[in-house]
Amino acid sequence: MTGKRAGGARRIQIMDAEEIERTIARMASEIVESNGSDLLLVGIHTRGIPLARRLAERISVLTGAEVPVGRLDITLYRDDVGPWRPAHQQPLLKETVLPVPINDLVVFLVDDVLFTGRTIRAALGSLVDYGRPRAVRLAVLVDRGHRELPIAADVVGKVLETTSTEDVQVHLAEVDGDDGVWVGKEAGHGG
Amino acid sequence: MAVESASELKRKDVVGIASLEPAEIQLILDTAEELLEVARRPIKKVPVLRGATVVNLFMEPSTRTRFSFEMAEKRLSADTLNFSASTSSVSKGETLVDTARNLMAMAPDYIVIRHPNVGAPHRLAEVVPASIINAGDGINEHPTQALLDAFTMRQHFGRLEGLNVVIAGDIRHSRVARSNAFLLNKMGAKLRFAAPASLLPAGVEELGATTFLRLEPALEGADVVMMLRIQRERQAAVNFPSAREYYDFFALTEERLALAAPHAVVMHPGPMNRGVEIDSAVADGERSLILDQVTNGVAVRMAILYLLAGGRGAATADS
Repeated sequence: MTGKRAGGARRIQIMDAEEIERTIARMASEIVESNGSDLLLVGIHTRGIPLARRLAERISVLTGAEVPVGRLDITLYRDDVGPWRPAHQQPLLKETVLPVPINDLVVFLVDDVLFTGRTIRAALGSLVDYGRPRAVRLAVLVDRGHRELPIAADVVGKVLETTSTEDVQVHLAEVDGDDGVWVGKEAGHGG
Repeated sequence: MAVESASELKRKDVVGIASLEPAEIQLILDTAEELLEVARRPIKKVPVLRGATVVNLFMEPSTRTRFSFEMAEKRLSADTLNFSASTSSVSKGETLVDTARNLMAMAPDYIVIRHPNVGAPHRLAEVVPASIINAGDGINEHPTQALLDAFTMRQHFGRLEGLNVVIAGDIRHSRVARSNAFLLNKMGAKLRFAAPASLLPAGVEELGATTFLRLEPALEGADVVMMLRIQRERQAAVNFPSAREYYDFFALTEERLALAAPHAVVMHPGPMNRGVEIDSAVADGERSLILDQVTNGVAVRMAILYLLAGGRGAATADS
């Protein structure tokens, strides 16, 4: 663990690249053990997508079968986006791609950080508009607590004790250029 | 891409292309691209505008634009109210404002307006707090048509910049041509108008197009050929001798289309007069994007409704 000064605030590194890879490998075997075949991994924008791809690679090594990977933009299902709000910036829409029909599959939603649970509620609302999976499960790299809805993850990389004002930053090389997880007081993305 | 996308529409209304920044046009097109996917789902509806009320105020006949808006509104889960009024009862600006104030008593979030008078949506935007979307005002603008046309061109060619676009026919009475001219100039396309002199508007040179009085020379090297409907309802007989004569000189036939670039595509805002401005063989041919335009229109209108939801309390678009 290394402390890092950035913008005057202290950031503590919780995971490095090696630990993230180890964690993803463990998550992949948990997914295989409990769910077997007929899997679809669906990454939630932004960092859920590379995470889902890495999990799928690990799973296909374990099982010898390709696992389809989709990507989901939950913006149109958020509970804080709509015409009743005062003037604000509408979030930019991103691409949703589900490569196969989701009926009767076990769909694993994949995200980097589980926090309030509101993103996952929106994702569940979105998924049912595409079909009726056999089951929907949730895999996250970091569970930082402070749920505001009755939502729990099935596969968790790491549980982090945080205060609600702390910022959890996950970096993944595909998006950020490097791998790592930090906790700090800086403003930024925090799932 | 030539023009960077804006991060938001900082406005309450979309009343014309004239007042939109290129980056805002890009944002609308980018947003529409993601919304196109909603139509391909088993359940073609997203909840983002639930609780919002949209009044469709159509003071002029319209089928496809009204249906397209209504479908866009419903796919975003908005509630819709349709008002069609005869033009005679609301032809004066004052009456329009009164109508709008009465509608505002029902607290709509959006008013989509088509009106025979130039500037009616702009006037409405000043007096009511709802977001106003212009669905065609007289011979002035039809911004959502120009946006869906641009979307369709971009979808096909991957860009707007540098495209050679011919708009042919009744330019004089066409708000579609005006809005397209504003948009294509802002986005770096090269525009040509082809029309008989009697169907060109006064001040055509201000619209930034090279003007041709015959169709054939305009078509040379064209990437897009957009044929306009002959609007008999807006014309004096003097402008337009006969459909037969018009066909002979200005209709898009397969022979004339061969003068355009080999990869050229054909567009038409509809409704078409087959055998007047366009041959059926061309309208139904493999280079026709006419039905893509209809599909794309819903996505473009969804994008505007979605993006304007952030603009409550923003200043009115222009005046």
